[in-house]
Amino acid sequence: MPARISRDDVAHVARLALLELTEDELERYTEQLGAVLDHATDVEALDLSDVEPLSHPLPVRNVFREDVPGEALDRQEVLGQAPAAEDGRFRVPAILGEEP
Amino acid sequence: MSGPTALELAAAVRSGQRTAREVVQASLDAIAARDGEIHAFNTVTVEQALAAADRIDATVAAGRDPGPLAGVPVALKDNLCTRGVATTCSSKILDGWQPPYDATVVTRLVEAGAVVVGKTNLDEFAMGSSTENSAFGPTRNPHDPTRVPGGSSGGSAAAVAAGFVPLSLGSDTGGSIRQPAALCGVVGVKPTYGRVSRYGLVAFASSLDQIGPFAATVADAAACYDAIAGWDRFDSTSIAEPLEPTTEALGRGVAGLRVGVVAEMTGEQMGIAPDVLARVRAAADALAAAGAVVDEVSVPAAVYGLSAYYLIAPAEASSNLARFDGVRFGLRVDAPTTAEMQRATRTAGFGPEVKRRIMLGTYALSAGYYDAYYGQALKVRRLILRDFDAAYERFDVLLSPTSPTTAFELGAKTADPMTMYLNDVCTIPSNLVGHPALSVPYGTGVDGLPVGVQVMGPALSEAMLFQVADVLEGSLA
Repeated sequence: MPARISRDDVAHVARLALLELTEDELERYTEQLGAVLDHATDVEALDLSDVEPLSHPLPVRNVFREDVPGEALDRQEVLGQAPAAEDGRFRVPAILGEEP
Repeated sequence: MSGPTALELAAAVRSGQRTAREVVQASLDAIAARDGEIHAFNTVTVEQALAAADRIDATVAAGRDPGPLAGVPVALKDNLCTRGVATTCSSKILDGWQPPYDATVVTRLVEAGAVVVGKTNLDEFAMGSSTENSAFGPTRNPHDPTRVPGGSSGGSAAAVAAGFVPLSLGSDTGGSIRQPAALCGVVGVKPTYGRVSRYGLVAFASSLDQIGPFAATVADAAACYDAIAGWDRFDSTSIAEPLEPTTEALGRGVAGLRVGVVAEMTGEQMGIAPDVLARVRAAADALAAAGAVVDEVSVPAAVYGLSAYYLIAPAEASSNLARFDGVRFGLRVDAPTTAEMQRATRTAGFGPEVKRRIMLGTYALSAGYYDAYYGQALKVRRLILRDFDAAYERFDVLLSPTSPTTAFELGAKTADPMTMYLNDVCTIPSNLVGHPALSVPYGTGVDGLPVGVQVMGPALSEAMLFQVADVLEGSLA
């Protein structure tokens, strides 16, 4: 069984998920995520080595269509919903030269 | 609270006995009179609704068919895309967003003649069981405004329970249609996964989400389901199997039908309140009296459903909600670099429950924990499917409570997320296996508040579920 989720773990997943947490939030979420994961110990404890995972309720396969142009959303209408757009594209702040 | 049904209204509009405008105006008046107190709606589309009603009336006047739901006012959960009308998911992060297209279910309802009167409140991104996690404040239960309506589709359930509209749509990922239906005393249906197109439903957990109707009567719910169900080229998971109109199944009765009462959902271990259990027993007795063969059945792995769900759904959500990053739509909090802008936007835009689930899902999928959490949960999903398949070899439908309790007080379960999650213990298993299930009102608990009974069936058994619900509804009359 994995060790109980730590404050550092929570800080790490928050970074991965692009969320900033205050010290108080870090404290609270560590406690709350721990409680949910504690409940999941019933599932962790099961021996399921011979069970196939079920990722989807239907036996779905990829659905393909002919690669021909069809109707698409109106570009102006879509870009009109963006916080910033320029020359038919989404505009964002600087990307190059930042810290990774 | 009980006004005319959707089918009665449509019949009156189709025959020219009433105008769609007058029907829609009555709905708008009811909303204006009481929604200040209930807060079922995030947006009421007064102008568009009246214009749509006038188009229906013109169709009737021209002698053309206005559709089976002609003039019926409907409300849509605010995570269903409506072109040119704000779609918020009750989140600050979608501030100002107006989708450039309609969800398939919206197109189908409109083609059937229904008139959209507004968008209803929900737990942010459909994450919750009380509609208290909304960025715009909670919805209140029309039966007792000090209580929650359930969630996450609480606004859609309350809109029907308050008599604002005869029909509404919600989405159900772990019980988000059935549980609020139970708490508000209305019918709520989660169809088979893939039966109703998810195109235009803002995704929460894509392998579990399904859209379905709320209605005051079983016949109305069936009519709405018939209007929205069926294959859609815009949803690659939608099922091509032909549809039998479920409205035709009503009135067939339950003679000889094998009904299993799920032992794991009616015993001590899931914390079901005694007064709720008493109503499930009464429903089983009513079905037996109507000729069904009722017995107890065990679905042993169902007890692991809650744990599996709270690993799988957050995992899928953490991926789905990555798209809300201030680039293409909604909120942007300015910052010098894109990475800082994205972090600032997501931090300001998402509420606490959404952040909790994104982090839980990110953790369950992360290196070193994937097998122990997410992988193990997918295997449990298989176990639950096996147990349901075994049960359906002996039974046609299964019966259980929908929710462990009647509607609780606002604020009663907000302090501890796990307490809130336990509301979904009986509804989650159907989502994990993709089977249809519905909640039908069956009397009240000791507090006088509505109790819902859940009817579950194997894939594509919607007609049978409506048939059983119809008998239960009739047995109360």
